[in-house]
Amino acid sequence: MDQRAVERALARMARELVERGQGVEGLSLVGIHRRGVQLADRLADEIERAEEVRPPVGSLDITLYRDDLMAIGPRPVVGETRLPEGGINGRKVVIVDDVLYTGRTVRAALDELADFGRPSRIYLCVLVDRGGRELPIHADIVGRRIETAPNQRVEVLVPELDGRLAVELVGGAEPEAA
Amino acid sequence: MPSAPYLGKDLVGLEELDADQIRGILDTAEPFKEISERAIKKVPVLRGKTIVNLFFEPSTRTRISFEFAEKRLSADTVNVAASGSSVQKGETLVDTARNLEAMRIDMVVIRHGSSGAARFLGERIPSNVINAGDGRHEHPTQALLDMLTIRDHLGRLEGVRVCIVGDVLHSRVARSNIWGLTKLGAEVAVCGPPTLLPAGVEELGVRVFTRVEEAIEWAEVLNVLRLQLERMHAGYIPSLREYNRVFGITRERVERAPRDLLILHPGPMNRGVEIDSDVADGEHSVILDQVTNGVAVRMAVLYLLAGGAPDKAEVAKHGVE
Repeated sequence: MDQRAVERALARMARELVERGQGVEGLSLVGIHRRGVQLADRLADEIERAEEVRPPVGSLDITLYRDDLMAIGPRPVVGETRLPEGGINGRKVVIVDDVLYTGRTVRAALDELADFGRPSRIYLCVLVDRGGRELPIHADIVGRRIETAPNQRVEVLVPELDGRLAVELVGGAEPEAA
Repeated sequence: MPSAPYLGKDLVGLEELDADQIRGILDTAEPFKEISERAIKKVPVLRGKTIVNLFFEPSTRTRISFEFAEKRLSADTVNVAASGSSVQKGETLVDTARNLEAMRIDMVVIRHGSSGAARFLGERIPSNVINAGDGRHEHPTQALLDMLTIRDHLGRLEGVRVCIVGDVLHSRVARSNIWGLTKLGAEVAVCGPPTLLPAGVEELGVRVFTRVEEAIEWAEVLNVLRLQLERMHAGYIPSLREYNRVFGITRERVERAPRDLLILHPGPMNRGVEIDSDVADGEHSVILDQVTNGVAVRMAVLYLLAGGAPDKAEVAKHGVE
């Protein structure tokens, strides 16, 4: 996906979000570190452009809630966690992430949010759903679904960290024949 | 996924760490600060880990700070104080630790009166060992929280001029500060009565002031050490009053400084001896910020060390001697 394709996807996702949430009222976005944070900001920009109201945006680092933390080698760097203004109690909270794969990150995010409060509803919004789920978790709003092999990597690039906006499929052989 | 630098099995002192490792701890402490501001001050990262706080010397602040850090990471903690334990009945350090190990613990935080106790223990048990102060050797988490506090307020450590004032000779806090600060590029000085300055301290790359006025003229940060009252009885200083007159950090001295000073103190303070109340409670004091940062730094150390011991099997295999 090039920049235009990602922008179109984000614009559509923003519309879907507002539709699902029946307006911007009560809606809060929470981006998951690292690239979910930038995507949440972009979605908020899109929503503001269309609705003239910007939903509060926060960020969530789920490192300390990972289920494999003590099994992996060196400790990951922990990023910033910042709740959206107004908190999450009673809000319609949208978890925003770049890629949905095993679902373990989302599981961790749900646990972490539960420690912060009780949203009235939690949505999951991802730019890319690459399949391969290991937990019963599904996304409510998806930018694009991609068929991938386990040895492939989906890289979401954002200008703030990577200098450009794009989605790339890296590595692996050709996608497995169905 | 970027990873933080590996620290090894134990944290014995800052002497053994390089600049990247020390910076890694300070950077890791940043996100941990926020956890203590939450309504539910707890993350599940050390769930199921058992930590023993083994304190052979009395301590309030450090022990409580470690205990908060451990609990906020969801570890299960047990406090063992020397008085009223089998230690008083003559059990050796290794026997105490072996007995704890036999109950399947994961980490030990140790405070001990003998220099080298933490390393001694770390070499003999497979659990992670964290030094919470050993004799006159090191008190690494105290220096780390001092450094974090300085960095918070000045935005940097490199090139910052820090003077450690007081009983440097007997101070593990001073030693850890000197190692840590110099490794991160700060300029370090010590100031105190010649009887309380270690011989050859200059060899650690440290400037020496024997007049506190000169130190204040030079420094951006004063780290004021606690003067232990026993020092007077041992003849290191003539009297507490005399010490306060010559080396005490008083409002008059701080006001005469050519720039805004940052005042640190590891606590507990002897008000009116090494530091006056006006200064301790004044606008330049960041003493309570140090206490807040202490919890975050200790959470960072626990997070970085826990379980992360590829050589753990090695230690277990070789066993105890």
